[in-house]
Amino acid sequence: MMGSESDAPPPPSSTPLDWKFSQVFGERAAGEEVQEVDIISAIEFNKSGSHLATGDRGGRVVLFERTDVKDNSTRKDLENSDYTVSHHPEFRYKTEFQSHEPEFDYLKSLEIEEKINKIKWCQTANGALFLLSTNDKTIKFWKVQEKKIKKISETNLDASNVKSNGFGPGLSLPNGDFSFPAGGFGSLRLPVVVSSQETNLVANCRRVYAHAHDYHINSISTNSDGETFISADDLRINLWNLEISSQSFNIVDVKPPNMEDLTEVITSAEFHPINCNTLAYSSSKGSIRLVDLRQSALCDNHFQLFEEHEAPGSRSFFTEIIASISDIKFSKDGRHILSRDYMTLKLWDINMNSGPVATFPVHEYLRPKLCDLYENDSIFDKFECCQSGDGSRVATGSYSNLFRVFESGSKEATTLEASRNPMRRQVPTPAKPVRSLPSITRVVGRRGTEAQVTDANGNSYDFTTKLLHLAWHPTENLIACAAANSLYMYYA
Amino acid sequence: MAMVDEPLYPIAVLIDELKNEDIQRRLNSIRGLSTIARALGEERTRKELIPFLSENNDDEDEVLLAMAEELGVFILYVGGVDHAHVLLPPLETLCTVEETCVRDKAVESLCRIGAQMKESDVVEWFVPVVKRLAAGEWFTVRVSSCGLFHIAYPSAPEQLKSELRTIYGQLCQDDMPMVRRAAASNLGKFAATVEPTFLKTEIMSIFNDLTNDDQDSVRLLAVEGCAALGKLLEPQDCVAHILPVIVSFAQDKSWRVRYMVANQLYELCEAVGPEPTRNDLVPAYVRLLRDNEAEVRIAAAGKVTKFCRILSPELAIQHILPCVKELSTDSSQHVRSALASVIMGMAPVLGKDATIEQLLPIFLSLLKDEFPDVRLNIISKLDQVNQVIGIDLLSQSLLPAIVELAEDRHWRVRLAIIEYIPLLASQLGVGFFDDKLGALCMQWLEDKVYSIRDAAANNLKRLAEEFGPDWAMQHIVPQVLEKVSNPHYLYRMTIIQAISLLAPVMGAEITSQKLLPVVITSSKDRVPNIKFNIAKVLQALIPILDSSEVEKTVKPCLVELSEDPDVDVRFYASQALQSCDQIMMSC
Repeated sequence: MMGSESDAPPPPSSTPLDWKFSQVFGERAAGEEVQEVDIISAIEFNKSGSHLATGDRGGRVVLFERTDVKDNSTRKDLENSDYTVSHHPEFRYKTEFQSHEPEFDYLKSLEIEEKINKIKWCQTANGALFLLSTNDKTIKFWKVQEKKIKKISETNLDASNVKSNGFGPGLSLPNGDFSFPAGGFGSLRLPVVVSSQETNLVANCRRVYAHAHDYHINSISTNSDGETFISADDLRINLWNLEISSQSFNIVDVKPPNMEDLTEVITSAEFHPINCNTLAYSSSKGSIRLVDLRQSALCDNHFQLFEEHEAPGSRSFFTEIIASISDIKFSKDGRHILSRDYMTLKLWDINMNSGPVATFPVHEYLRPKLCDLYENDSIFDKFECCQSGDGSRVATGSYSNLFRVFESGSKEATTLEASRNPMRRQVPTPAKPVRSLPSITRVVGRRGTEAQVTDANGNSYDFTTKLLHLAWHPTENLIACAAANSLYMYYA
Repeated sequence: MAMVDEPLYPIAVLIDELKNEDIQRRLNSIRGLSTIARALGEERTRKELIPFLSENNDDEDEVLLAMAEELGVFILYVGGVDHAHVLLPPLETLCTVEETCVRDKAVESLCRIGAQMKESDVVEWFVPVVKRLAAGEWFTVRVSSCGLFHIAYPSAPEQLKSELRTIYGQLCQDDMPMVRRAAASNLGKFAATVEPTFLKTEIMSIFNDLTNDDQDSVRLLAVEGCAALGKLLEPQDCVAHILPVIVSFAQDKSWRVRYMVANQLYELCEAVGPEPTRNDLVPAYVRLLRDNEAEVRIAAAGKVTKFCRILSPELAIQHILPCVKELSTDSSQHVRSALASVIMGMAPVLGKDATIEQLLPIFLSLLKDEFPDVRLNIISKLDQVNQVIGIDLLSQSLLPAIVELAEDRHWRVRLAIIEYIPLLASQLGVGFFDDKLGALCMQWLEDKVYSIRDAAANNLKRLAEEFGPDWAMQHIVPQVLEKVSNPHYLYRMTIIQAISLLAPVMGAEITSQKLLPVVITSSKDRVPNIKFNIAKVLQALIPILDSSEVEKTVKPCLVELSEDPDVDVRFYASQALQSCDQIMMSC
């Protein structure tokens, strides 16, 4: 049934792409300190790739639009045309708006950060852009639209000395005994409105979906039916209708009756891109479950479970922690699921649950340092992953602002650094297992105090500069990634 | 800036505020659109106001919604039906808005206008609007078009009709699921206007496509179309075309689709006739009653009475009753609750013997259900129960349930049962009530929750109305008056409240002899809250009592209260004195 149109495995890709720097927004000047609120926390292309949205820890959403294609093309053109690109895609800043504000939950004595956790684009309509943004608790539905600036040039009365009709008790409208002449009153006229050619972009919050999550929302995903979406927190997944913000339906609930029995939490959830009734969610134990919304109202039973069984004997204290999946993404055709755990990227065929079709090691050289990573909490970092539109390549981030692109067919990988010169640094290959010298590699202090580590080979990693968020353009070989407050784009 | 005559000033402001920056003002002006139109006259309304409104399409949704609504009744102001077509352009633009409620209202208004237009005008003006919308670039526009076909179609000539059918067929295969949903939900309305020959061919093929749609949400709406289409078709065609669809829908993979079937099924029985109902629909319904998804069982259980009414008693007893028995012990409380709310309606269908033999045990087990909603649902249908099984049997089983509910730890449950007490009282009669329920009614007056005490006071009033003053004099008044010495002032307040409610029912004599003395005594209460409530009660009693009594007893008491150290007491006392004087004067 699923993905029947593409029974073949993803096409074997040719040689690795030659990645070049394209653009950067919000580049940091040398020595400039990053403001916490400016750090990018979400990146998302829209379906056609004509727009890109980023969210940051300050609760802002910034929109970029593509400039290298004619913007007068219609929706159909945008959706169908495969651009013959003579030059690489370029984006420009379009607008930004404040999506979320910091809040305080008085009942639970809890601060709610304004940080944008996820952004999802919705169906474009009437030339306006629509998107969903969420922080830990509240999802908002935004409409961004160009409006012509209008000015009222003529009215019946001098605007300066008008009493209002609506609320002032002094003015009452003529009632029944007031007679209107057949031809009307010639002296009355309608206001004359002059609209200028100037437009301005207005972002309107259309709906707020609140109070449905006890835990932090980690994902939102729109359904192919165009009317529903889900939001997932650590223990529950809720189903919403885009037009109804007052109620949602709980469809997955993994909360045990006794919280002490809790062993597994939901880390990410996504709808199948084509089958409206299929939903995937990942867990902290490294499993991915597919549920069928048709089966029952509360989807506690999955119909497909993907997990990789650790080879016996290789278990360590960290096994379970690094197995936790931080992100899952369906491929465009819905046939594959890409998942990211701490050490690897895995590609799964949704019809094959015996194991992943491919596993890509992201930063194997860190394996000896898990202890350090645990001590400074880096081991809990949540890296995202992405897949190219044709499904032939996958990408994910790592430390020191590095990210890696893998060819699905082969094991070829390219390492890039989020900077103007992406090929500057290469990931050290773990040629021979380095016997780590704890006295040298030891991280001093916890979290951020000193995270620069130099290993025995003289390679250094910086655990504070991590590249968590990245997105692949839906139709082009273009990757947008976030290094702290800067948005870098690379093309091939 | 033009000068405007004084009487026109408010209208001038109203017109100007169509473009005010404050949304409330704009909204206010839009609501006054008919006044503006009358002031401008028909011709200028057509030539100026309507084009002006057509331009005014980027306002807030609230304003647009109001505009869409106003324009629906605007034919009068543009010069009658002959000019109705001028209203189409502004509504056509409103059909493109992305807010669903605005579009829906615009479509509704368009339909209203289209239905009044002359046939030739519909062809000339209305049909082109429908065709333009159906070919619109954005899905929002195409969604709107689906709701207009049933108005456009009947007036169109043959050629155009066939074109409209084709367009509708295309909308049902639109890329966007939103459009297909709109087409599916409007199919019934459209089909009702289509000639029988095309109904069987073109419409049925459209319908079949929709029932096989990939999107559950579309198939769901196609189910709704089943009943509507079924009623349009001849019974044999319905059996041939609709019945197989329904039977397969009843076994659809998606529980949502089955849920819709469960809700709609009884309507289809009428369309297909008795024979196919027995052979196909009863088994389908039985499966739904035993569905593994609770939501489906809830929907099916809620329709059990309606379904049985269509069947013969034998069929109902043979096929449906066993399922009902199972449902009464369903694992889901919501299923049992849904069943409890309709099950009593089955009694007349099954007849007395079957009811006592088969239904009564189910009913009794639901009355003992652990979930209060289930028990409440049964009790709320008490009148139906009484007719069938008689009071003796009822009271035996009913009483424990009521007593238990009356002491439920959820105050909302207690509140619900209090609401039913007057109904119970009227069904059970005085004797039974005195024995069993009287004490409960008094007990509620001292409940911990205010809402319960409040409801209890009201309940006493309704009982007094039901059984009359004489009965109340014996069974309510003394008990109530006894409680006025409760040590807690909040409970005393409830009693005062009860007295003021009872007084009008009891009449002047009892009020002045029994109630008034207690009230007067209470005016010496040490708590000011009681005292000012006494003032309020006295004010309420004035019209009931005769004037000499007022002069002799009420007034002195109020005068005393009006000199109370507490400001609130003084306030209410003086208010009561005022109304006292007013009534005296009018006498």
